[in-house]
Amino acid sequence: MATVLPVYPRTRRGVELLLLLLAVALSMSAYAVVGLTETGALPADFFLHGGALGVLAGVLHVVVRWRASYADPVLLPVATLLNGVGLVMIHRLDLAEDSALASRQLVWSALGIVAAGAVLWLLRDHRVLRRYTFTAMVAGFGLLLLPLVPGLGKTINGARIWIGVGPLSFQPGELAKILLAVFFAGYLVVHRDALSLTGPKLLWLQLPRMRDLGPLLVAWGASVGVLVLERDLGTSLLFFGLFVAVLYVATERVSWIVLGLLLFVGGALAAATTFSHVQQRVDIWLHPFAAENLDRSYQLVQGLFGMAAGGLLGTGLDRGRPDIVPYAESDFIYSSLGEELGLAGLFAVLLLYVLLVERGLRTAVGVRDGFGKLLAGGLAFSVALQVFVVAGGVTRVIPLTGLTMPFLAYGGSSLVSNWIIVGLLLRVSDLARRPAPEEPAGPGGDTGATQVVRLP
Amino acid sequence: MNRPLRRLAGVVALLFLTLFASTTHVQFFAAEDLRAKPTNSRQLYAELGRDRGPILVAGGGQVAVGTPVDDAYKFLRTYPSGPLYAHVTGYYSIRYGTSGVERAQNDVLSGTADRLFYRRLSDLVTGRQPRGGSVELTIDPVVQQAASEALGERKGAVVALDPATGDVLAMVSNPTYDPNALATHDAAAAQEAWQGLLADEDDPLTNRATGALYPPGSTFKIITSAAALESGDYTADTLLDGPAELDLPLTSSTLGNDEGTECGPGGKVSLIDALEISCNTAFGSLGMTLGADALAEQSERFGFGQELQIPLSVATSSFPTDLNAPQTAQSAIGQFDVRATPLQVAMISAAVANGGVLMEPNVVRTVRDADLDVVETRSPQELGRAVSEETAATLTTMMRAVVDSGTGTRAQIEGVQVAGKTGTAQHGEGLPPYAWFTSFAPADDPEVAVAVVIEDGGTVDSAYGGRLAAPVAKQVMEAVINR
Repeated sequence: MATVLPVYPRTRRGVELLLLLLAVALSMSAYAVVGLTETGALPADFFLHGGALGVLAGVLHVVVRWRASYADPVLLPVATLLNGVGLVMIHRLDLAEDSALASRQLVWSALGIVAAGAVLWLLRDHRVLRRYTFTAMVAGFGLLLLPLVPGLGKTINGARIWIGVGPLSFQPGELAKILLAVFFAGYLVVHRDALSLTGPKLLWLQLPRMRDLGPLLVAWGASVGVLVLERDLGTSLLFFGLFVAVLYVATERVSWIVLGLLLFVGGALAAATTFSHVQQRVDIWLHPFAAENLDRSYQLVQGLFGMAAGGLLGTGLDRGRPDIVPYAESDFIYSSLGEELGLAGLFAVLLLYVLLVERGLRTAVGVRDGFGKLLAGGLAFSVALQVFVVAGGVTRVIPLTGLTMPFLAYGGSSLVSNWIIVGLLLRVSDLARRPAPEEPAGPGGDTGATQVVRLP
Repeated sequence: MNRPLRRLAGVVALLFLTLFASTTHVQFFAAEDLRAKPTNSRQLYAELGRDRGPILVAGGGQVAVGTPVDDAYKFLRTYPSGPLYAHVTGYYSIRYGTSGVERAQNDVLSGTADRLFYRRLSDLVTGRQPRGGSVELTIDPVVQQAASEALGERKGAVVALDPATGDVLAMVSNPTYDPNALATHDAAAAQEAWQGLLADEDDPLTNRATGALYPPGSTFKIITSAAALESGDYTADTLLDGPAELDLPLTSSTLGNDEGTECGPGGKVSLIDALEISCNTAFGSLGMTLGADALAEQSERFGFGQELQIPLSVATSSFPTDLNAPQTAQSAIGQFDVRATPLQVAMISAAVANGGVLMEPNVVRTVRDADLDVVETRSPQELGRAVSEETAATLTTMMRAVVDSGTGTRAQIEGVQVAGKTGTAQHGEGLPPYAWFTSFAPADDPEVAVAVVIEDGGTVDSAYGGRLAAPVAKQVMEAVINR
């Protein structure tokens, strides 16, 4: 006879610290390599700058120990390493272009880590967020559409997904991503039964009822609206993908995915045939090397040339020419890394993202409440989708868009938002792994009755 | 909700697998192609600030040279003669890559060629910035100038070869462009020039002399004659059927002569007379008698179907395959699907002029290192024997008749024997035909072989290669003989 005993998972904070030290050591070595290649000596501010990220991540580690001691131990080190590698590449490009973006990015990193810490500190239980479902919706769509406000929105590289206040630029879509994930999770956890159990059947597809279709159509309309008005396929793909994914997880209905894909493809095709700027993007995507496209496909083509120059092992840090590519530190940091770290380096980077996303999804599987599942699943999937949209754009899987690589790319809005996502995932994962409060097991208590009977 | 979450993980896995695959594709499988793209200027960036070697013409005049300037690139590529040598030198553009000799000899000009190995070694030891070597062309500036002036503003191309060595003495393609406009470091100006050239319907960037494939028209009759003479069954005086109209088997259509008259009394004409007056029906029937295989083989011996790097890349001229009888008749007079570059047509005359031996055409004579020490001098290369010496002599006699008293009289030069052949190539209903002329001179001791093609050859019936193209060839030949 076997008795099921309560299991007390270890907190794994020691593992986290070890991995974190490894991540900081790797980032600092890369920083040292850049300095040694450029001038033959360590950068003057090596310990100040190199140590800053370590100290910041260390502080977050302490906050995790204190406020979320059962949190997943891999999330924080992976995010730190990606952030560190991004900082080194941006610093390296600074040297080539005589700019000073790395120190600004470091400030943004600090703000992001502080924001993640604040999430852990202030948000003791993620279920509190359910109360703000509709606040999140209003704020999320508001932020998403903010770049369309005349005078506030800025068009950069043909996409209107920025707002500018004075010299500062911000991509509100990044924050909107989090808010909408909260909204989708909060809304769907309430309506999932209505959505999944009723409705007419068409062949093998169980279709939703018309009135339940409402939110789907609204999300579709918003995505296509973004595509048309902000001219950015990436943002549109990201939001619609996020929505369909969360919807599917909530309802377990394949019909939603089929419908969602049909709607999106239909919308995208219509946009591609109607609007010249979308046509242009598609044309550049399909024929980047055509002589008449050379001026417009310059960035994409130079990115590909850079990656080709890197080959399998890369040119080595500070030994390539990633600065030839316009926006090498933001939109095209993927190709910059590919050039200097090679295919091997990009595989490592992609694997880091795989780890991050996998840990997020595992958190979603592990957590007990439906809202937590949808939130963690949605956030993790949004990171995966964003990586796909950016790297897929650079490597010509899909047309190029204006999104940025999470943690790697230069840009404050993206960095802060992604650290908040890590904060939320840490919070949810803490609840997922934390053992249930122990029941007093008196004589004749419940535990004694739980038996596993082995059948002959 | 865990089952869909696991499936979602499957979707995520698929997304990442796609990225692993696409990244591998770009950095591994397609990397070689991407590095070799003509617009890939990474190599150029690596050479920035380096003194790129000049391109010279025969006699030492510089046609492409690095001029020191005060910007990041340190040297601006300039082309002192502008459009005159554009299609030979090509352009060197930071943004749009390279073409022509700039591209074909890039390793020498940039100083990275293996041939400059010892030079590079000493640069390494002495710590000198590597400097590019220079490339001296076979182009003769006098002949090039004459060819350019003779062609004027007309669309077309001129090629002049030294029959004995294969050296290209002149290579002109119209319309041309100014490579300086693309080489400029002013990005906006370069972009405007580039877009302008791309938008131009006449395609100025194409080197028509090596890169355009035309129907060779009646100039191909030299090859048909060669095939006949080589078969051993024909002499210059063998009588051929030359009716006003030739019935083509299998079809209801006919092949006619340009004047619509018989080529000789009773519809009979000798081979030499047929060439002299460019009799279509005689060569059509001759082609059918010889057969498509014989024509194909003879054209290959003159260079058709061969890929050439001179070291400029040359489009491959072709004789069609799987021909039926009427198609063979059309092909025998250089119509149907026969396609040739002006360079190839010049090679036909050159081979005849050189006693039947075809030399490999070439535009680079000497490669020197930065100290002007000769690293490599090209020696003439044979491509093979096109026809026997006897046949070559007979063809020379026949081609002389063309210029002395046939369709090519406008190519006559006072005191010099000229051998040539005219051509008028149809390339579409109602379109003005291409006017051709190919020749060599002096016929007894050839110094130059020429091919001229003019695209807008006047109205449909008035265009004779003899009227438009022969005077151009004459001026080019004179320039060589009088130099």
